Amino acid sequence: MPQITLVEAINQALAYEMNADKNVVLLGEDIGKNGGVFRATQGLYDRFGPHRVCDTPLAESMIGGLAVGMAIMGLKPVAEFQFMGFSYPAVDQIINHASRIRNRTRGKMSCPVVFRTPYGCGIHAPEHHSESTEALFAHIPGLRVVIPSSPIRAYGLLLASIRNPDPVIFLEPARLYRYVKQEVPDDGKELPLDTCFTLRQGNDVSLIAWGAMIKETMAASNQLAQEGIEAEVIDVATVKPLDMDTILASVEKTGRCVIIHEAAKTGGIGADISAQIAEQALFSLKAPPVRVCGFDTIVPYARLEKYYLPSEQRIVDAVHHIMEGS
Amino acid sequence: MKIIERFEIPYYQYLNESSQLVDALPAFAKDVQLLQEMHRLMVLTRIFDQKLIALQRTGQLGTYPATRGQEAVFVGIGHAMDKQDIFVPYYRDIGALIQRGVPLTDILRFWGGDERGNCFASNTQNFPYSIPIASQLVYAAGAAAALKYQGKKQAVLCTCGDGATSQGDFYETINVAGIWRLPLVIVICNNRWAISVSREQQTAAKTLAQKAIAGGIAGEQVDGNDIIAVRERIQVALQKARDHQEASVLEMICYRHCDHTTADDASRYEQKEEREKEWLKEPIARLRRYLETIGSWTPSGEEALIAQCTQQVEQAVAEYVQYTDSPPTAMLDSLYDKLPKLYEDQRTLLEHLCHK
Repeated sequence: MPQITLVEAINQALAYEMNADKNVVLLGEDIGKNGGVFRATQGLYDRFGPHRVCDTPLAESMIGGLAVGMAIMGLKPVAEFQFMGFSYPAVDQIINHASRIRNRTRGKMSCPVVFRTPYGCGIHAPEHHSESTEALFAHIPGLRVVIPSSPIRAYGLLLASIRNPDPVIFLEPARLYRYVKQEVPDDGKELPLDTCFTLRQGNDVSLIAWGAMIKETMAASNQLAQEGIEAEVIDVATVKPLDMDTILASVEKTGRCVIIHEAAKTGGIGADISAQIAEQALFSLKAPPVRVCGFDTIVPYARLEKYYLPSEQRIVDAVHHIMEGS
Repeated sequence: MKIIERFEIPYYQYLNESSQLVDALPAFAKDVQLLQEMHRLMVLTRIFDQKLIALQRTGQLGTYPATRGQEAVFVGIGHAMDKQDIFVPYYRDIGALIQRGVPLTDILRFWGGDERGNCFASNTQNFPYSIPIASQLVYAAGAAAALKYQGKKQAVLCTCGDGATSQGDFYETINVAGIWRLPLVIVICNNRWAISVSREQQTAAKTLAQKAIAGGIAGEQVDGNDIIAVRERIQVALQKARDHQEASVLEMICYRHCDHTTADDASRYEQKEEREKEWLKEPIARLRRYLETIGSWTPSGEEALIAQCTQQVEQAVAEYVQYTDSPPTAMLDSLYDKLPKLYEDQRTLLEHLCHK
């Protein structure tokens, strides 16, 4: 079996589900003949035709609204926003309609839509191409926010998101699109939503991360292991709704946690995770929860972004800090 | 220099302000019973509308956007649509909803603050109300795209007000409706007011209908106080949408003979004389005078009609005031298909509050 990248796994999942379910329709800018700016939909236009791989006019609110209307009518639209920073005009449709139609009609209607978009910094792109504002969406009742961090999880979680009867924001870490390759069986098997993935077992500290930060977090755990510190690494994967059972079980075991995200620190998902840990596992803690995050600023342009992004060393330093204090 | 394109915006009217025929009647309007039925529905809408305002004033209903004077637009829509067409309303459309099979009690419940008023249990071809201005147009385009994809010969009709035509969503919708050839009819209820901002303050465009031209679709103005014109033009537009996947924009010229909502006070910005002048054009009297001319209306018939509509409304209100609230847990129970485990504690808390 050939090894494929994360973006190829996205493509494989889309193709699998389009083949299995004719209600699955893709829409977005440049997703047709061009195959998407990151080539996530490469080849799908030729295989499934322009009626299922729809290049839209350049208007994101419209993309959001088209997807909402299609989903209410029984299709399973997968809409692509070219970059997360360009999804904001569609927020009206996402917040005011996609996430509310089921509740508004007391379950008579639903909105099974997936909004896919590349997110995160580290790809040396211009302004607006490096956003990680997952917390904005995570604050919205009725939505799911799902973030894969490997080709295998991208495949399984995207399938689960398309099949889910509720709206999902599927954030694809652009920095990992072509970072590693894995064997990803094209068996149509989904991975569970609302569930964390424990990537490494350990008893000394819980490292809680998602998306592209899994790369630095895994590297930090390797460095720590060489020093004899066994870190447990949790890929949160669904940042809304959080799988607090897995997180709490880990923290109760280790007594220490570092939450890592590249989004701005204030009001981030890390704040919510640490609040819930404090509420529910305070007495298991040997040290206060620590967050290693992006700064409370606009993601800098390419030349400074390496200082913005939490580094392997910042994670290791944070672990040292709480190990010393406990 | 040369002119490479010219455009025209037609205006449609059959009954003028004095209820005189100014054009040959369309086929449907030769059926007197049908005209009487539209008259009845407009009267019912007006009586129901007055009742809704009265209920709000006496604390039995929430904020409500009245529809007085705009009855022909919404009754005309409801009457022209086929049952299997999809109706995507904004929030002033009760005249259409009633004909779409939505019970008066559902309308009362919705404006009375109960989500169950959105369930429209009797009919699945109607979308719920949309409150964010113009946002419904975009998902109406999505619904039209779905119909087209599914190969169904149905149309989507979506309503909005004149203020909505200033929103980006309006332009994004007409644009995609044109290029994707969507079976979509957009009806603008141009009642001259977006709360306090007048149509003249909204745009320098001479008509709202002409905005359709920018999206490559047809736009026309219709006398929105002439229900014969409304009914006919919507029917033509729907047929064009169903048969030829041609979208269109219909601008209904009417007047808001009421506050924006019960929370508004139009006397702050509206000249009394203007409304009085516009009242001479109002739709119910216009059709009534015509029916009288052709010998199909009598004062006693009108009295009986008013009594019958009043009774229908009172019966719905009597039912409405008897409803009990949903359990508080309902606010979580339809949020997701299955409530995520994380929120089970919150549901338990709500259950507990409900038993306190």
